[in-house]
Amino acid sequence: MKKYGKQILGCVAAIAVYVAVTAAVNMGVMSRQMMSLIVPVCMNIMLAVSLCMVVGFLGELSLGHAAFMSIGAYAGALVLKSGLPTVAALPLAVVTGGACAAVLGLIVGIPVLRLRGDYLAITTLAFGEIIKSVFNAATPITGGAGGLKRIPPVTTYRNFTFVYVLMLIVIVLVSNLVNSRHGRAICAIRDNYIAAEAIGIKVSLFKTMAFVLAAFMAGMAGVVYAGNIGILRPGNFDYNTSIEILVMVVLGGMGNITGSIIAAALLTLLPELLRGLSNYRMLVYAIVLIAMMLFSNSPLRRMLAEKRNMRQADKIQ
Amino acid sequence: MALLDVKNLGISFGGLRAVDGLNMTIEQGALVGLIGPNGAGKTTVFNLLTGVYRPTDGTILLDGEELIGKSPSQICQTGVARTFQNIRLFSQMSVLDNVKAALHNQVKYGLQGSLFHTPGYRKKEKAIDERAREVLRVFELEQFADYKASNLPYGKQRKLEIARALATEPKLLLLDEPAAGMNPQETAELMATIEFIRNQFHVTILLIEHDMKLVAGICEYLYVLNFGTELANGLPEEVLNDPEVITAYLGE
Ligand SMILES: Nc1ncnc2c1ncn2[C@@H]1O[C@H](COP(=O)(O)OP(=O)(O)OP(=O)(O)O)[C@@H](O)[C@H]1O
Ligand SMILES: [Mg+2]
Repeated sequence: MKKYGKQILGCVAAIAVYVAVTAAVNMGVMSRQMMSLIVPVCMNIMLAVSLCMVVGFLGELSLGHAAFMSIGAYAGALVLKSGLPTVAALPLAVVTGGACAAVLGLIVGIPVLRLRGDYLAITTLAFGEIIKSVFNAATPITGGAGGLKRIPPVTTYRNFTFVYVLMLIVIVLVSNLVNSRHGRAICAIRDNYIAAEAIGIKVSLFKTMAFVLAAFMAGMAGVVYAGNIGILRPGNFDYNTSIEILVMVVLGGMGNITGSIIAAALLTLLPELLRGLSNYRMLVYAIVLIAMMLFSNSPLRRMLAEKRNMRQADKIQ
Repeated sequence: MALLDVKNLGISFGGLRAVDGLNMTIEQGALVGLIGPNGAGKTTVFNLLTGVYRPTDGTILLDGEELIGKSPSQICQTGVARTFQNIRLFSQMSVLDNVKAALHNQVKYGLQGSLFHTPGYRKKEKAIDERAREVLRVFELEQFADYKASNLPYGKQRKLEIARALATEPKLLLLDEPAAGMNPQETAELMATIEFIRNQFHVTILLIEHDMKLVAGICEYLYVLNFGTELANGLPEEVLNDPEVITAYLGE
């Protein structure tokens, strides 16, 4: 019963947000800047939720999420530019982008995820730089540093419905996964890989599975990015982008999907919301970041958590 | 044929011979103790049996099947489950999910079921839920099902670890100091539970224990390790009165 309550709440929230955003766009009460952020918010939510699966549930640090996004973006952009009608091109681009990112995820993941320790962080960091160099060098296909231009603008706020549904799919898939045989295996590996092996879980297999799924979703988000911005430059997908996504996951409370969604939306909108403060914008942005960081690890929160533990401990006697 | 047949098992860590020339036969349905002073190599034997370490020599047959060379997860699927001397629960997961995770290979479904929550998923998950609660009930943990595992008191964490191992439906259950850190009353309860699961689930048990009362109380047969080699084996009353064993425990 409790579980269903949560699901219903999620559905209601999803519909309410959709109706509100669509109404606001149609009635013209949103500023141009705000409208231009609708799709980036969805995209960042996709990125944060998928990275949450790796960092929060699998417990591995990945610093290459932007790289998987870039692979999806370029692959998807090429499909979008192929001249197919949008109805066919867009879904095809999304699937292609996701698949390409997943394949690269597999190539990176298989050797690295067999190792214990923080090798994934280092490898994904290097992988991001390599991918960037490749996109810079492959001028005939990617346009090099000059950029891949004239990508059909198929995922702007006018196509909000498509992007929104895609985002919901990512959220639902990740939430579903957590409550499943595969999700439990992934969380078990995070908590204690030796015990996970001892109960018959193939650790490398499930690590790779989570990592590749996340790469697939990041690739799809990349396609959304490409169709939104219209031009791709390798520099758009650097280390900082990966860190920004990671910050969303960490602020969202690591392994908390709802938290990741809220943090992603907030951090994307914040610069715009603070526009009125013009000169102090960056200052306030920094302060809000620090405040969120402090709260997510604050004595207040720990006290609340402790209280809950105490209540549980009382019952045991 | 014996359930477990270990021959000439040995492993070295650098210059240290942690286990050497160990022979061990455990019959189906037996409850056997593995004892010995600190550092004798008892936990290392468990690590060898479960594939955590690869032995330098010897063979390990479970029901006639060679275990050496298999990975820990394969060995679990062959029918060996264990607990750890330092409790290793999935601490951030709920008590119920700890047991459900252990049903990983008992009730299976594919990734599409996990991602899309298909009707097949619902059916299998229902079975998993029922089975997991059943196991928790044996250990009187069902009222703590929704607790985070790390919030359980120590004694109950030990029980949960046994419950989790049992959920994999092993033929052979290895318990590494199950009563460590328990008070006398908890220990007595645990002894009763161990006997109960042996009879109820027809599982063969090998346990490491320092508590001699527990060992003498429930084990039918004992192996004594000292400095990695077998010092004695036999019925508890014989072994515990063996002057060599007493010397090994008390020192010269
Ligand atoms: N991975 C390892 N590397 C090096 N030495 C090890 C390793 N594992 C165990 N040893 C050594 O092997 C010997 C046996 O250790 P083991 O943990 O098996 O003892 P034990 O009988 O379980 O002792 P206790 O009663 O204290 O648990 C010890 O000297 C230990 O230091
Ligand atoms: Mg030990």
